[in-house]
Amino acid sequence: MKYSALSVLWQGLTGHKGWARAWRDPEPKPEYDVIIIGGGGHGLSTAYYLAKEHGVTNVAVLEKGWIGGGNVGRNTTIVRSNYMLPSNTHFYEKSMQLWEGLEQDFNFNAMVSQRGVINLFHSDPQRDAFARRGNAMRMAGIDAELLSPQQLKEMVPILDFENARFPIQGGLIQRRGGTVRHDAVAWGYARGADMRGVDIIQNCEVTNIRVEGGKVVGVDTNRGSFNAKKVGMAVAGHTSKIAQMAGIDDLPVESHVLQAFVSEGIKPLIDTVVTFGAGHFYISQSDKGGLVYGGDLDGYNSYAQRGNLPMMEHVMAGGMAIMPAIGRVRMLRHWGGIMDMSFDGSPFICKTPIKNLYLNGGWCYGGFKATPASGWCFAHTIAQDRPHALNEGFTIERFREGRMIDEKGVGPNPWIQ
Amino acid sequence: MHQINCPWCGVRDEAEFQYQGDATKKRPGEDASEEEFFDYVYVRENPKGWHTEWWHHVGGCRQWVKVVRNTFTHEIHACGGPHDKLSVPKNKKGA
Repeated sequence: MKYSALSVLWQGLTGHKGWARAWRDPEPKPEYDVIIIGGGGHGLSTAYYLAKEHGVTNVAVLEKGWIGGGNVGRNTTIVRSNYMLPSNTHFYEKSMQLWEGLEQDFNFNAMVSQRGVINLFHSDPQRDAFARRGNAMRMAGIDAELLSPQQLKEMVPILDFENARFPIQGGLIQRRGGTVRHDAVAWGYARGADMRGVDIIQNCEVTNIRVEGGKVVGVDTNRGSFNAKKVGMAVAGHTSKIAQMAGIDDLPVESHVLQAFVSEGIKPLIDTVVTFGAGHFYISQSDKGGLVYGGDLDGYNSYAQRGNLPMMEHVMAGGMAIMPAIGRVRMLRHWGGIMDMSFDGSPFICKTPIKNLYLNGGWCYGGFKATPASGWCFAHTIAQDRPHALNEGFTIERFREGRMIDEKGVGPNPWIQ
Repeated sequence: MHQINCPWCGVRDEAEFQYQGDATKKRPGEDASEEEFFDYVYVRENPKGWHTEWWHHVGGCRQWVKVVRNTFTHEIHACGGPHDKLSVPKNKKGA
């Protein structure tokens, strides 16, 4: 059924008894044209675009838990396309453009809020570095603007501009960036894929990927074995484990924990997204009033989906450094995700050495904003058995070939990326 | 938080240490092949389970402590110095 103002009105008048399931819960079939391993944002997005853009509908998304229970359900909701390296710039801008039309496209309210994303700077050299990035964006046709302290004061008055250690000298803003309600992204893509014929199979954990003669033929799961002509892996933090099931054991990936936090609900305080890179802190405010904020990785390998106190304290200290006004607000919830950190900080959307087996992973802590373009490009790569121009740099081979895409320029050290 | 038993300083909070990654990777000799160097720099087993890793005690004695820790439960099984042979419990098969 199509969601609309009319449907809400009609259902309201008739007691809300007519709403249909948002997606089916079908019994899995013994064979599919495409199996996507992983029912998170990227897996569901891939299934949606396979069906919608390529007419490939004999697809199953296999999710070991419940869809959207992984990183897409745990992030700080920020979307932006303010990257500098060419392989990233155009890819994330494609994603930003897909965000802008997404709610109409998949007929679901994802609360796409283009409230701007601001990167603060605190010194002349940092200003120059941010200006360089802003110019790289503008040369690619992407919006970017340098804000003066006065302009920042009008937008975010509670910042501590006279901070002794990190005086705020301005910021780089992408006004088209902002936040999106992350759960709705998973649900919207799931519903859109399901209504086009994709089977979403939950509580279905892949235990083996069957390869014969160098070609993938299917998967084994705790709900049975299924054959497939093509298999796409989109499992984020578990990328190494899934790839190893197919015999791919040389990925440059380490899984690390990233924590995120939400405060108690307070009256409107911040109506944009502020990132304090120097202090490893970023913050926005949800429509329910909670401050949504986070920082850097804890810094050690982890699949635990929780982090530890030292990084919690470090993140809170970062927040206090630039907006001490939030000091008495209580942290309400915290959680952690599993980040598949690649060794240059950039992702994989590519073919693998095994025929008809495709990889989508290595998103580090930046996968949420990429969700639409990742699914869009991965669907193309799977349907046509070759990458789109937008993802042709995101290969496994780039490390051997010396073509790393290292936005931070810090080298092959995952916990610094 | 992780409590790491530094052989020189005793049990200390993780905040005193800088993680330095997989301790099973041995730096190849000067005449090693490109493939051996690629393996050292880029290839990681990345287990969900028992992991042997380095924690550099930068906030203490500055020695490198080898730790056998579970990446799923954060339980620490053993700590030692760089030359210690530490036992590693078996990882369960499957995710």
